[in-house]
Amino acid sequence: MPEPSRLAVLGAGHVGPVIARLAIKAGYPVAIATSGDPEDIALITQLVIPGAQPRWASDAVADADIVVLTIPLHRFADIDPALLDGKLVVDAMNYWPTSDGVLAPFEDRGSSEVVAGRLAGSTVVKALNHIGYYELEDRARPAGAPDRRAAGVAGDDPAAVAAAAGLVDRMGYDPVRLETLRAGRVLQPGGPVFGVTLPRPEFERAVSEDARSLT
Amino acid sequence: MTYAFGLDTFGDRNSDADGKPASHAQTIRNVVEQGVFAEQAGADFFGIGEHHTEYFPMPAGDVALAAIAARTGRIRLGSAVTVLSSDDPVRVFQRYSTLNAISGGRAEVILGRGSSIESFPLFGYDLADYEELFEEKATLFAELLKGEPVTWDGKTRPPLLSQDVVPHVESGPFPAWIGVGGNPQSVIRAARLGFSLALAIIGGPPARFAAYSQLFQRALDKFGRPPLPVLVHSPGHVAATDEQAKAEFWPRWREIIALMAPERGFAIPTEESFDRETGPHGALYVGSPETVAQKIATNLRVLDATRFDLKYGLPGLTHDQLMTNIELYGRQVIPRVRELLS
Repeated sequence: MPEPSRLAVLGAGHVGPVIARLAIKAGYPVAIATSGDPEDIALITQLVIPGAQPRWASDAVADADIVVLTIPLHRFADIDPALLDGKLVVDAMNYWPTSDGVLAPFEDRGSSEVVAGRLAGSTVVKALNHIGYYELEDRARPAGAPDRRAAGVAGDDPAAVAAAAGLVDRMGYDPVRLETLRAGRVLQPGGPVFGVTLPRPEFERAVSEDARSLT
Repeated sequence: MTYAFGLDTFGDRNSDADGKPASHAQTIRNVVEQGVFAEQAGADFFGIGEHHTEYFPMPAGDVALAAIAARTGRIRLGSAVTVLSSDDPVRVFQRYSTLNAISGGRAEVILGRGSSIESFPLFGYDLADYEELFEEKATLFAELLKGEPVTWDGKTRPPLLSQDVVPHVESGPFPAWIGVGGNPQSVIRAARLGFSLALAIIGGPPARFAAYSQLFQRALDKFGRPPLPVLVHSPGHVAATDEQAKAEFWPRWREIIALMAPERGFAIPTEESFDRETGPHGALYVGSPETVAQKIATNLRVLDATRFDLKYGLPGLTHDQLMTNIELYGRQVIPRVRELLS
């Protein structure tokens, strides 16, 4: 088996630690970073994400094969796109105006398309955004488990989607691939699979019915 | 170990026996009756959470708490939570210091955002500024609690220069908590500023919060502070039997969560998810006194917490159902949990 990809999780709020824990459990080396000093999250890492390495964001990203963005979307503008140049970026963020405020660039568009537009040097895949952060851990199951649930993976680059699907699979979900970031709009708040965990057949049905209305 | 047991309400709008919604005014009068009865039934704390909606008409819970204070003598009274980010910390301190005076030193506050965001547009705040607003205002509130003249400068309210803020508290700071829903950095903040920790566990397995409780005590130690208590706040409903409790709670739960789902991104509950949440590893305390008591005792141990606050009621339940819930919680659940933990 090849060495598992190295992950950098950016964000140590509600979602980041959950994704980091699941990835560690799946055997990935994981670094976690915020916008600040890794010393600030050393205790959090030790107690809440045992096994992860707290690092400066630039160091974590430099060594990573996959970068997972879990910061609040209104802080996305603070990230220097050059930091993520050449990287596979999994966008687990959501645009959720009633909860986080209105952000003009994200109105009436797919949030990951806006993210990809700004991260022009990166390959962006939308995933891990549509299952609630406490459910994400609670509902994860190994491949083949009868009550395993599905999770969407959307992107324009097939190789990147395949890599992200591998991550989602090993973290405990049946990956359902969507061929474009635009199609990934079905994974957003208000979409048919946001906030619900469905088995693959129901997930595929819900997504395909909705995806037709987008094309 | 000394344990305490509270009841929290969001002023959930009551219905009458025929299912007709009670007025906001009647709902608020009922909350006052419920608070007075909570003391008689044996609860240690009664909390009112700030909300600004048709279904939770409770924006000024401190006024209702003052009415309860005037008719009680032992029960502690506080917010659960105060949405500090869209309020003025000076005014919050003044209101709860006044409540503390009226009640003879029984006031508390739990500061947080809640899952409630209506107050931001209502008072002209931008949700995107939440983090800065809360950080600054919680820092100022910690200063105000010390009871000495305050000098403070920030971006979210006008500066204070050796400002004496009244009314003075009689016997030191009143208890103040920060409510945390799952962000470990909020746990660190509570420890850094010297607030106690209120874990709001409203979905999923409570045991996952054990790491937060440990994180809190370790962070207090790192910041050179003495240990502080941890409380757990979770929704539930107590009735004579498990079946009755679920039958009363479930349709109201589905209704209110479905109503809030599009805005908050909640999953719409299914019977399967409800069974999971009301089961031994879920976040809802719905059942007979014995079922609820067992679950509270287990989770207080697992989470190393010394207080449990049951968020009782839902929009559409009747005042009588809530009074029964309060009576069973106070007279049966609390003594049983104490017994289980002794």
